[in-house]
Amino acid sequence: MMSDASEMITLTIDGQQVTVAAGTTILEAARSVGIDVPVICYHEATTANGLCRVCVVDVDGGRLLQPACIVLCRAGMVVETRNERVERSRRTILEMLNSAVNLAEALAIQALLDDYGAQPDRFPAAEKRDHALIDDNPFYVRDYSQCVLCWRCVQVCAEDAQYTYALTLDHRGFETHVSTGFGVPMPESSCVFCGQCISVCPTGALKPKIEFGLEQGWTLEQIWENTRFLKKNRRKSG
Amino acid sequence: MAEMTRTRLDEIVARYAGRRRDALLPVLWDVQREAGFVDAETALSISRTLRVPIAEIYGVIGFYALFSDEPEGETVIHLCTDPSCGLAGADAVLDGLCARLGVQPGVTTPDGRYTIKRSTCLGLCEHAPAALVCRRGEGEYSHAPVTDVAALLNGQRPARAAVVDGERQVLLAGAVPDHTESLAQYGDYAALRQALLTLTPEQVSAEVEASGLVGRGGAGFPTGMKWRFTRGATAQPHYAVCNADESEPGTFKDRVLLEHRPHLLLEGLLLCAYAIQARHAFVFIRGEYPEAATILEAAIREAQSAGLLGERIMGTDFSCSVEVRRGGGAYICGEETALFEAIEGKRGFPRIKPPYPTTHGLFNRPTSINNVETLCAVPAIVRNGAGWFRQWGTEKSTGTKLVSVSGHVRRPGVYEIPFGRTLRELLEGHCAGFVGEPQAVLMGGAAGTFLRADEIDVPLTYEALQAAGTTLGSGAVMVFNTEVDLRDVLRRLGHFFAHESCGKCFPCQLGTRRQMEILDRLAQPLPGDAERLRDIGLTMSEASLCGLGQTAAAAVLSALRKWPALFGAES
Repeated sequence: MMSDASEMITLTIDGQQVTVAAGTTILEAARSVGIDVPVICYHEATTANGLCRVCVVDVDGGRLLQPACIVLCRAGMVVETRNERVERSRRTILEMLNSAVNLAEALAIQALLDDYGAQPDRFPAAEKRDHALIDDNPFYVRDYSQCVLCWRCVQVCAEDAQYTYALTLDHRGFETHVSTGFGVPMPESSCVFCGQCISVCPTGALKPKIEFGLEQGWTLEQIWENTRFLKKNRRKSG
Repeated sequence: MAEMTRTRLDEIVARYAGRRRDALLPVLWDVQREAGFVDAETALSISRTLRVPIAEIYGVIGFYALFSDEPEGETVIHLCTDPSCGLAGADAVLDGLCARLGVQPGVTTPDGRYTIKRSTCLGLCEHAPAALVCRRGEGEYSHAPVTDVAALLNGQRPARAAVVDGERQVLLAGAVPDHTESLAQYGDYAALRQALLTLTPEQVSAEVEASGLVGRGGAGFPTGMKWRFTRGATAQPHYAVCNADESEPGTFKDRVLLEHRPHLLLEGLLLCAYAIQARHAFVFIRGEYPEAATILEAAIREAQSAGLLGERIMGTDFSCSVEVRRGGGAYICGEETALFEAIEGKRGFPRIKPPYPTTHGLFNRPTSINNVETLCAVPAIVRNGAGWFRQWGTEKSTGTKLVSVSGHVRRPGVYEIPFGRTLRELLEGHCAGFVGEPQAVLMGGAAGTFLRADEIDVPLTYEALQAAGTTLGSGAVMVFNTEVDLRDVLRRLGHFFAHESCGKCFPCQLGTRRQMEILDRLAQPLPGDAERLRDIGLTMSEASLCGLGQTAAAAVLSALRKWPALFGAES
């Protein structure tokens, strides 16, 4: 899909003429001239899927707002990265996300809530996505009540990096959640504990066990016990 | 799991040896039917046979409403509670059924015999209230109307008395209600013969393009142009796909075509395949239409033995196979790219467009995907010419259209009318008038918009409806009289979209749920609820990834404009 990089395109972003190579996304073009477009699901190392829609921008005043992370620049395009429509969408998405997910440890998203004047209690009596913390292996814990469904963990576990396929999405709509399938604990899944999912998680949903232990006030002894369990077992059984 | 079932399941999975991931939905259907659910052990053997990661198999089971990963009743009854069935007393039927069995919806009876589930639209709106019955070890069938709970539990199948009427110039010409056309009655595909013997593929799509035929699924893209783009795409092979995933609440015309005119559809699909030079065609039928799938499969066998389908059709160099694929219960799979994902054995997530299906469709190959009704219009266009088709309708809305009318009219049913008839002519004429005093008409289904009773003189054309701020969509027309509390209708629409959102993009995944919660409390709204609905609705409309999310608030936003009082004091 990459166009000839030698071809240059000029477009207008927030009133500013910008010239970029063909095949550049609006997000990349905006960043190249110092215009910040917010993102949640987007990560340089994973396939962009345009899920969070927080990066939407107004292109030529079209009926639909366009996700800057995936839409490519076209010559003559007029982009507004922050007008009233864009702000309403971003603010409402952030307010809805905050009503559904525990964002206590998602500091970047909290900063966005402030920036867009999102009201924390915009949706009273809204159901939250509650999940019990899953602590089923010595390496990391999973708290899906903090999961925003950016898909990055599922992606790096599959074709974006590891080709391990330990994770899937279960159910659909609001009920969607990340799962190993058939209620299998992580050690019984195909997980190889590479840790890439943790490194791309934008919230506190995936956390190294040691960090979790320190937060819980575990002693060094406890950390040692709780994070070496599997290895000890292996030695015993082997 | 009983040992005998285990052996049978092993046999079922073994039949798929050598197949690939695209056989996932078919094998899941077979296992689901045999065992009533898909257990982890069978999933593992599917995983090894099709070489699909087991976690992803689980994800696919969890996505589709008609698959389960845990045991349910021997008989699972899916009872529709969407607007048309709701008007016909579906809630009372559901309550009566659950009271009789002493269970709540979704909970299996202690003896393991029944599970009763609330369902989204089953496409039997003219026979409301409707049920889909899935019997372990036997299969699925529809039961509508549900008039007697005992008959429903006993496995009786009431005869449907369909209304298949209107002016019947093209699509329903010669159709007999409740009668499936045989090949002998239909004839031996004269239009296909004419095309194969006298026309080039270019000429076929040029004729369709000249006819002005546009997609009848709701999006209205010019059909001949789509075929021209697909034919011109360089990658090979090309695929012809029929979208028979009709799931828009209030829409049932494709089911009627499938059940009555399977050969008309097959001929249209083969003409499409010839025009785009495809050797393989798929018909993706929603899982809730078991009868339609059976009828179409029988018609395919009939056509194949007559040499009208398969290798070297009619002795020419043109070969094309047609395969029926059944959906697993997901409205989103009516979205064309989500439908491709389902055929490919994945969760039905819509893809990002561009690229478009004409270059990157099924299996990432050039694909023309067309609605059932669209394809059914093609044989007559090829036979009689574009000018013949244009004798009906207007410059911009050519030919005829099927409308599915349900709710408060005397004769609900499927009607074929030429574009340009007014909504009043349809409802007062063809449908024999209203039951009670009309209050509102929902045009285009759950994803459509409301008209007030004083707005029904609008002509039924794409352009006139657009000018009136509404839409024809797939041709669904739901009528509500003054006895109806429209807040109840809105509540049902809210539940529909919350249930059917795929969950991919944030605006729809979150917005459909927040919208449903507010619509649930419309009788006692909180201050600011109208403004919340407006913000959610505009955000979903402008920022969602696919057409489902972009229209999930259309009806609510139109009701907010027309009846602000329904939403509390604000206006």
